Amino acid sequence: MTRMKLDKFCLVAAIAALLALIFPLSGMDSETGKQIAFVGDIPGLAIAMALCVIAGAAFTWLGVRSINGGFVILAIAVFGCWQATSVLYDHGVAGHAGLGFWLFILSLWAFVWRGIDVIANFHSLDRSKQHAANLIVPVAFGVWLLFVWEVVVSGFGVPQVLLPPPSMIGERFVNSTDILAADFHQTFVKAVLSGYVMGCGSAFIIAIAVDRVPFLKRGLLPLGNMVSALPIIGVAPIMVMWFGFDWQSKAAVIVIMTFFPMLVNTVTGLNAAGKLEKDLMATYASSYWSTLFRLRLPAAMPFVFNALKINSTLALIGAIVAEFFGTPIVGMGFRISTEVGRMNIDMVWAEIALAALAGTAFYGAVAYIERKATSWHPSFRVRRH
Amino acid sequence: MTLKTVVNNVAEMPTSKKAVVDINKLSLTFQTADGPVYALSDVDLTIEEGDFVSFIGPSGCGKTTLLRVIADLEQATGGEISINGVTPHEAREKRAYGYVFQAPALLPWRSIERNVTLPLEIMEISKEERVKRAQEALKLVELNGFEKKFPWQLSGGMQQRASIARALSFDADLLLMDEPFGALDEIVRDHLNEQLLKLWARTNKTVAFVTHSIPEAVYLSSKIVVMSPRPGRIIDVIETDFPKDRSLDIRETPEFLEVAHRVREGLRAGHSNDE
Repeated sequence: MTRMKLDKFCLVAAIAALLALIFPLSGMDSETGKQIAFVGDIPGLAIAMALCVIAGAAFTWLGVRSINGGFVILAIAVFGCWQATSVLYDHGVAGHAGLGFWLFILSLWAFVWRGIDVIANFHSLDRSKQHAANLIVPVAFGVWLLFVWEVVVSGFGVPQVLLPPPSMIGERFVNSTDILAADFHQTFVKAVLSGYVMGCGSAFIIAIAVDRVPFLKRGLLPLGNMVSALPIIGVAPIMVMWFGFDWQSKAAVIVIMTFFPMLVNTVTGLNAAGKLEKDLMATYASSYWSTLFRLRLPAAMPFVFNALKINSTLALIGAIVAEFFGTPIVGMGFRISTEVGRMNIDMVWAEIALAALAGTAFYGAVAYIERKATSWHPSFRVRRH
Repeated sequence: MTLKTVVNNVAEMPTSKKAVVDINKLSLTFQTADGPVYALSDVDLTIEEGDFVSFIGPSGCGKTTLLRVIADLEQATGGEISINGVTPHEAREKRAYGYVFQAPALLPWRSIERNVTLPLEIMEISKEERVKRAQEALKLVELNGFEKKFPWQLSGGMQQRASIARALSFDADLLLMDEPFGALDEIVRDHLNEQLLKLWARTNKTVAFVTHSIPEAVYLSSKIVVMSPRPGRIIDVIETDFPKDRSLDIRETPEFLEVAHRVREGLRAGHSNDE
């Protein structure tokens, strides 16, 4: 008889869920001295735990062979997560979670890990299926992290000032969309976009000039290096004094931050065209501008996009930090600094979430344009015959 | 078939045809940190209209440098050179030649068609004319149907053919080729050699062709220039008169082997000089 290979993650899940049924779900209430919740009183949770035991045991023997098995496991884990959160809030386990509860979370962790693992290793020639699988993995992983955050913060009763649970941040986010929209408009649409365009645009043009005029390369590049090394904390108040409280001063800070990465990358990119290609253009007696537009700038594009991507995140950081040093009563940085003072930590987190969303979307948009514009580059090539 | 050979006195040869490239006592010295490098020394050569001239020799013999001097990509430090009666610089400004490099040097962001139309675009020729000429050039190298492909989607041999089409697109009378098939395998190379010969017979262009393959040089050329290194110089010029529409089979004939032998002798003599 051949020895069967046991699926270790499913084994852990089954055992942990079994123990979760035995060990107490929650600690004692300090006032009444009674245990707050029993698994036996909560049929939903009991079913979820039982399911984990059965599925865990079954998959331990069978192994998670196909992607369908992965989805079954994930579905059970989702059901378990739903029951666990409802126990936290509807049955008063929040702040008193006991060993049984954490064992159940451990069981869910093992299931999610195994499920994501199976889907991440999925390979299909069908493009849409592959895309779906590629999308599910990060989404499932992100949702799981949020769940762990929620459960740990609520289960241990962490004070909200230290770290609010994501559900609270989400609630605050949804309930204050008007404030967030105004802050977004002020900080992102006005300051970040204009500063980004001005900073990257001017650096691009000056890079071409630097490339054309040798003495600028020796004189201007070290100067640009120095400007980029200036601490933003020191520059921001000065820019506020120069350009006033409104978005213009933030845009100026962003220009200073984004200028140098763009300058250096573009200058490097302009030298990326090979000697052979330059000789080729010479045999056609191509003029400087003709060679610039037909050969050197296209060859520089991967470098230019690198800088654009770096700068997309730098710009948002610059605008938010600059708003700490004077701003009209709107803006993401302004909101963060005042709400911290008022102990409204959930609002601070809502702004952080907004910044993360905006920054990711901005970066994603630049990366998407890069993919379209430099589809010829070896890193993006798709073989089409 | 007869075999005419002229050694070191090509300039004095009686010529009926027009000289496309006229080189007189040409020399080129590179100044390096380790002292001067004599890339070319005392080179005399005439390339006539309709000639297919091969330059052959070991690496470092200056054959590529000589081609680059003709193309004005390198400047001679002594002697005289004229292309169609003018300086190489003026000839380059007039787009007198098409140059095919060792590597295809196709721009990866342009489709094959737009790579072929690149020189026409620089010469500010109208769009319809550009497309028409690209079609013709691609047909000459048997690449019609691949216009919309990108260079990296083609094999190495096809890429090199596309680069030849690009050199043909603006219909210069002089074609300069620097080991264009050096990186290709022998079967592809044979095929491209045949195509190149057909092209030469049909268009009556003047071709200067750098190679380090003896059979390739003998098979293709109407004139073989044997060179030797340190300093780079011409040690033998061999004229052949195989018919223009020769086939690959001539490589088995005694005449062919005789010329090949002579080239080999020349290369050997050049080598023994400096060892």
